[in-house]
Amino acid sequence: MNKLHKHHFHIGWFALLLFSAVLSPVAHGWSLFEKYQPQVVVSDPYLELHTGPGRGYPVFYVAGQGDRVTLLKRRTDWFKVAVNHPRQKEGWVHREALSHTLDLDGSVVDMGALGVDDFSGRRWEMGFAGGDFNGASALSGYLGYAMTPNITLQLEGGQILGDYSDGVIVSANILMFPFPKWRLSPYFTIGSGIITTKPHSTVVVAEDREDEIANAGVGANLYLSDRFMLRMEYKRLTALTSRDDNEEIDQWKAGFSVFF
Amino acid sequence: MESRFQRIFLSIITTGLLLTVVPSSWAEQAEQLELEPLLVREPERRPVEVDDLDSEDFEVGVFTGIMNVEDFGSDTVTGIRAAYHVSEDFFVEAVYGKTTLGETSFERLSGGLPLLTDEERDMSYYNVSVGWNLFPGESFIGGRWAFKGGLYLIAGAGSTEFGGDDRFTINAGVGYRLIATDWLAFHVDVRDHYFESDLLGTMEGKHNIEFSGGLTVFF
Repeated sequence: MNKLHKHHFHIGWFALLLFSAVLSPVAHGWSLFEKYQPQVVVSDPYLELHTGPGRGYPVFYVAGQGDRVTLLKRRTDWFKVAVNHPRQKEGWVHREALSHTLDLDGSVVDMGALGVDDFSGRRWEMGFAGGDFNGASALSGYLGYAMTPNITLQLEGGQILGDYSDGVIVSANILMFPFPKWRLSPYFTIGSGIITTKPHSTVVVAEDREDEIANAGVGANLYLSDRFMLRMEYKRLTALTSRDDNEEIDQWKAGFSVFF
Repeated sequence: MESRFQRIFLSIITTGLLLTVVPSSWAEQAEQLELEPLLVREPERRPVEVDDLDSEDFEVGVFTGIMNVEDFGSDTVTGIRAAYHVSEDFFVEAVYGKTTLGETSFERLSGGLPLLTDEERDMSYYNVSVGWNLFPGESFIGGRWAFKGGLYLIAGAGSTEFGGDDRFTINAGVGYRLIATDWLAFHVDVRDHYFESDLLGTMEGKHNIEFSGGLTVFF
């Protein structure tokens, strides 16, 4: 079968894909679902194939200089490769061992090692954090999308676990990163949302409450490695209650995130 | 670039005969290119894009086992888990599990005064943890079988619905992942879930040990 090449996902290409999807679902399907498995050439004196995707798995075969190797798939920094000549073998190779590999035209292949640049240019990220919410424990998760390196939109959901009540908090936030290229990148955030509180069954008084909240805060991301980063944040929340005065809440949290 | 567009457009309009027509249209283009001066000749292959490779960093699955809840006996626990492998050493895992609370010895001895309603006896928890693949490598069964796998340590935080209330919970444990094929793995896990509760009068810490086995799929 003829291999249709996958293309970069520019908007123009996307329009073309949509167009071709209307015209020909079959051809469209091929370009999306056929696996991309490029061939590369070993330029180091040898290339060691491990039985599994990790340094703990033994080397069972060694490909030589000039051998053609097909990249099948990857898991973390390990690539599953197939060697056809002189024997048919499939094994796992670390990204670093492939760093001098050439493509069939003879130029060095960029094996896609992640660094601070990928952190600065990240698009999607998700994370999990724990911390303090006015004296209670709080857990939260978020999904973020970077519109530009400086501005990220974020949806956040959290659970507040106090001794006398628990609650759920959902909010939408905008984060502004003045120095997105820094490894330790500070940010400002504002947002609003809804908080629902429910007293514990051992507490006799009070009923469930739902209030709107507005919040503002500061925080920082610290890039660790690969797709990992740490995040710390302080927020000041104002719960717009139906009672006489609004409630001010301090929230501290720390957690980790991964970006894609 | 222009000839790439041309190629795409050609492949679109020749939909019906794609299999037979596309190779010949490529061949024509190769001839056209040969007439052009060497300097403007485009490379015939696009560069290798590692990001377009199929990556299998996600792992999802189910598990079942036994969970002992302090003061409330042991019962079956079932749950789902999803993990993202950040590197060969570390992964992030989210788990949701359910079990049922039994009777406390007080309830049994006092002769049928129930402490909790049936609904409150449904216990569920979720957590997000970081795992560290401590001893990756092969394991052997007899002389013929070698399995990929490894021991991992895992710890994290979450919430447990216990007796009708949500409690902040930390968990820590150890597990073994046996990788049967590229896409299928089996797990055995021992996990302690720790939270504080005043359900039985005073606020006290509770250790709840879970022993489970499960299977996961990489994708």
